[in-house]
Amino acid sequence: MTTMTTELAHESRLTRERRRWNVERIAVHAVLLAFVALALGPILIVILNSLKTTPAIFGGPFALPTAETFSLAGYERVLTRGNFLLNYRNSLIVTLASVVLTVGLSTLAAFALVEYRVRFVPLLAGLFIVGVMLPIRLGTIPLIQIMIGLKLMDTLWALILVYTAMSIPLGVTLMMTYFRTVPTELKEAARVDGASEFRTFSIILPLVRPGLAAVATVTMLPIWNDLWFPLILAPGKANQTVTLGVQQFVGQFLNDYPALLAALTLGALPLVVLFTIFSRQFIRGLSAGYGK
Amino acid sequence: MIRPATARRSLLIFVLPALAIYLGFAVLPLLISIFMSLFDTGKSGTGFIGLGNYIYLFTQPVVSARFWNALFNNFKYFAIHVAVEIPIGLLLAALLTGGTLSRSEGIYRTLLFIPATLSVVIVGFIWRLIINPLWGLVGFPLLGNQLTALPTISLMGVWQYVGIPMVFLYSALIAVPNDVIEAARIDGASPWRIFWGIKFPLILPQFGLIVILTFIWTFNGFDLVFALNGSAPGPNYSTDILGTFFYRTFFGSSGQVADLDLGATVATVIFTLMLCVTAAYFWLVQRRLKAHSA
Repeated sequence: MTTMTTELAHESRLTRERRRWNVERIAVHAVLLAFVALALGPILIVILNSLKTTPAIFGGPFALPTAETFSLAGYERVLTRGNFLLNYRNSLIVTLASVVLTVGLSTLAAFALVEYRVRFVPLLAGLFIVGVMLPIRLGTIPLIQIMIGLKLMDTLWALILVYTAMSIPLGVTLMMTYFRTVPTELKEAARVDGASEFRTFSIILPLVRPGLAAVATVTMLPIWNDLWFPLILAPGKANQTVTLGVQQFVGQFLNDYPALLAALTLGALPLVVLFTIFSRQFIRGLSAGYGK
Repeated sequence: MIRPATARRSLLIFVLPALAIYLGFAVLPLLISIFMSLFDTGKSGTGFIGLGNYIYLFTQPVVSARFWNALFNNFKYFAIHVAVEIPIGLLLAALLTGGTLSRSEGIYRTLLFIPATLSVVIVGFIWRLIINPLWGLVGFPLLGNQLTALPTISLMGVWQYVGIPMVFLYSALIAVPNDVIEAARIDGASPWRIFWGIKFPLILPQFGLIVILTFIWTFNGFDLVFALNGSAPGPNYSTDILGTFFYRTFFGSSGQVADLDLGATVATVIFTLMLCVTAAYFWLVQRRLKAHSA
């Protein structure tokens, strides 16, 4: 795996060189810290103010909540009045189902595209690779008609199918790079032992585990955060995802700032936490998936 | 060895599920969209009208004015992203890989990427709140003025997505061979010289790729503008980009009747534009860059 070896070389370079504090190093940290403040400041302001009373939000937006200004009323109202739990459930179902389908189907396809030297394989592989850049939203009008035809309009299945179709090209492209690194001897050994093709596939599956994680993390983000398809394919109250739910909530509770800020915080939290845990896999997946 | 017959059968079984979903829900809708743009659905049924929808889109006074305006705005939206987001991403990637950081590198990388994990609904609201005259940080209605509305929205997008070019260029930069950099350093080259003289020419293909991806993403843009303005096109249509124009055309809005065929026409125009720019880029530029850096 080229990205992995370069990363290792890079890390050994980092630890080999002993560093002292000098002007250059301080300057680099100062610039990076300034950008971190710019990136995280606005998010922290929202989280901070979501824990305060309305007068305190406008009286001192940058003050920390104190004993008098601290309030969880916003969260209470969001959880009781909004459809937040339902939205969460919908987003969770859609994201998980799409990611599982994408990872599963892409892995099977990528294995075959790397493994079998049949005449149409380069063409097929190319078809998937081109799809990484395909602006699938532009097919929305026929998608609406297809979903109506399949009686899937305004269901979570409509979203799951579209998101899976949207993510498969990136999944296949990424998994192909991982399958290429599996030594041929291993597969041949399995086949000599009389393993079926599917058995061979499952024997080498553990070797491409980092790829599975990369595909899962990279595809999860745009699905969870998408606004376009929930708005068009599943706008009904019962099927709204978190992103659409927050959007509608913002429209309805225009003046209830504590509730708004609480809704934003709750909407953002799951992915920020997930990303922080899996940032390594995510970044590897992003650069390897589009970089081909 | 695998027998050819086994290989063909297995290929089919392994690839078919992924291929079916991908073709059925991504490729086919795009193709149908192109097909639809050649028809007109009226009270008397559907009729083939050739390029009639295109002529209407490009020449009907009101519709074409909106279309060219959205196209022009979209180029501005793209230009601001390229001019601000990519240089900052490059700066951050260069600082992260410049050799002055040790353990903190990964932490910075993660923290700087966090805004890109938020949904646009959240980003839009955060910034609308911060630039709200009520909070007193900015005394001017940036989103209410037709000169500042689009640049303001673009900069919100830049704030959110600057982590993406950063990560791309970061991955390219750490792949630059160490010995080349070491040799230059021993020769007494400054970090500035090493970056522009050695590293940057080597990552040019990835730099070009992120520009073209930004083109595709910004011409697919919709969410942030919609999150801030709904499908309303902003003051005097100043924040109307192709995505919002497309949405209003097929979905309809106040004062505009939904028109599916015309919507499909708009989609096909956007698709053709992306295809031409991307193809031109790969044929003319990327091949040469790859040849140079190889």
